[in-house]
Amino acid sequence: MQRKKMIGAGITLFAVVLGILWLIPLIWMIGTAFSVPSFHMTLFPTTAFTLDNLKYVWNAIPFGTYYLNTLTLVVCTFAVQFVTSTLAAYALGVMDFKGSSLVFAVIFMQIIIPNDVLITPNFMTLSEMKLIDTKVGMMLPFYGSAMAIFLLRQHFKSIPKALAEAAKIDGANTWQTIWRVYMPCAKPAYLSFAVISVSYHWNNYLWPLIVTNSPQNRTLTVGLAIFAKSKEANMQWANVCAAAFIIIVPLLLAFFVAQKQFMSSFVSAGIKE
Amino acid sequence: MKTYTKKQRERRNTLIGWLLVAPALIFMLIFTVYPIFRSVYLSLTKYRLGMQTPEFIGLENYINLAGSSLFWKVMGNTLYFALITIIPSMVVGLFLATIVNRKSRMTGFVRTAYFYPVVMPMIAIASIWMFIYMAKNGLFDQMLVRMGFEPMNVLSSKSTVLPAMAFMYVWKEAGYLMVFFLSGIQSISTEVNEAARIDGANSWTIFRKITLPLLAPTFLFVSTIALTNSFKLVDHVVIMTEGAPNNASTLLLYYIYQQGFTNFNYGVSSALTTIMLVLLMIVALPRFLSQDKKIHYN
Repeated sequence: MQRKKMIGAGITLFAVVLGILWLIPLIWMIGTAFSVPSFHMTLFPTTAFTLDNLKYVWNAIPFGTYYLNTLTLVVCTFAVQFVTSTLAAYALGVMDFKGSSLVFAVIFMQIIIPNDVLITPNFMTLSEMKLIDTKVGMMLPFYGSAMAIFLLRQHFKSIPKALAEAAKIDGANTWQTIWRVYMPCAKPAYLSFAVISVSYHWNNYLWPLIVTNSPQNRTLTVGLAIFAKSKEANMQWANVCAAAFIIIVPLLLAFFVAQKQFMSSFVSAGIKE
Repeated sequence: MKTYTKKQRERRNTLIGWLLVAPALIFMLIFTVYPIFRSVYLSLTKYRLGMQTPEFIGLENYINLAGSSLFWKVMGNTLYFALITIIPSMVVGLFLATIVNRKSRMTGFVRTAYFYPVVMPMIAIASIWMFIYMAKNGLFDQMLVRMGFEPMNVLSSKSTVLPAMAFMYVWKEAGYLMVFFLSGIQSISTEVNEAARIDGANSWTIFRKITLPLLAPTFLFVSTIALTNSFKLVDHVVIMTEGAPNNASTLLLYYIYQQGFTNFNYGVSSALTTIMLVLLMIVALPRFLSQDKKIHYN
């Protein structure tokens, strides 16, 4: 028994040490972002605390606009996905209608082939629609989300049909049944879907990069990439760390507060069958 | 109350079903299904910036690619990068899941520490790691020097650039895979473990003989997402190297991006996209085939 306890304590210690190693890039980034720049890179800051790096990048990069753009992108994409996915999930999970297998085929296509790789043809479609360098253009390919439909459908299916039938007898139509019975019952699924959608679009880079070409439409990730690759950022790791910090802080804080919710969201969104 | 015949009701049902699906379906048709066919069609054409319409040339794009050493280099890079990211990140992910699965006061902290890179944008991660990997001044080279080795400047050497990126990627991805393994491990009923323990099996035997085999479906699933993720990720290439040195870090999606958006060669870019589609379909195949005879024990 004594030996078993020792092994247990050993594993815990190892897990903690590994956890600290995992945190090193974050610790270094935050330490560097908040200390006076030096020519010697160290794991822990050796120079004085300062807010100058943050102030500098905040003025050098139009972060205000970028924040607003990313927020708009994240909120509007989610709002539209919310509506389209709810309706589709209800039809596919609760109703049994002719031809639904065709819709499933399309959904599987998107699960196998994520939009991320279809940049060339989608860019052409977008330019034919005259939507290059617009916020709508950045969002459009994501308005129909296979992940969200699957996630909600799974949840809708588990809701007893008796509830919906009771609502029907009370005179509720399809809309009212969705609104009053299915949506309130599926709150956890909506929460998972929100976490996944928001973190994906907050962090997405390649598509916004391709679609936008003016500062008033760029997102945070595109702005950071431009700054990190600019001449001003060359060897200026304190500034790049400060800029990276500004971008990751909202999502990272949300994660630290609700880490269990985040992890279970990623699991439920990943496992689709 | 109006009454409908059975047939009328069914027709109404079908109509409502399609109406409800329509909004999502339209976007998926325009931005997922149509571009797939369009890529295949454009891959058979010559189509560059300045041309009014694509000109049909049959398989010429593919033939040219097959004869290009750069193309084979890129394919090699892509598969090599996939291999050296997914195997370590699955092993590490499974390992992290087993240590996180234990009951201890530190579990919350440890789990958070392993998972947080998942919610960070790759762009931010790559910007930070670029300095970690920077020549001489970077943290990594400094560590090497302190340990008595030569600085390596990993990002500018052909043989180390992809492994260095893979190391960063494993750090980011392992926590993501960890949560899938964790949910797989936790879905194994405790009775099985207890029965084995009563029979005198130790933890290592239980892990090998019970946990691992029962995790087979999780393995299949996790390897699919890990592979897909490694194919669709290029943000770090844009930030860290842009394919340098000498295309040693050019991955397929980055090559698609270069051909389409720097060279404006839509025909070749579409041919590469089509190849990517085939790769992704091959990756998804085992999961679909196993769907009927699912490896399930519960």
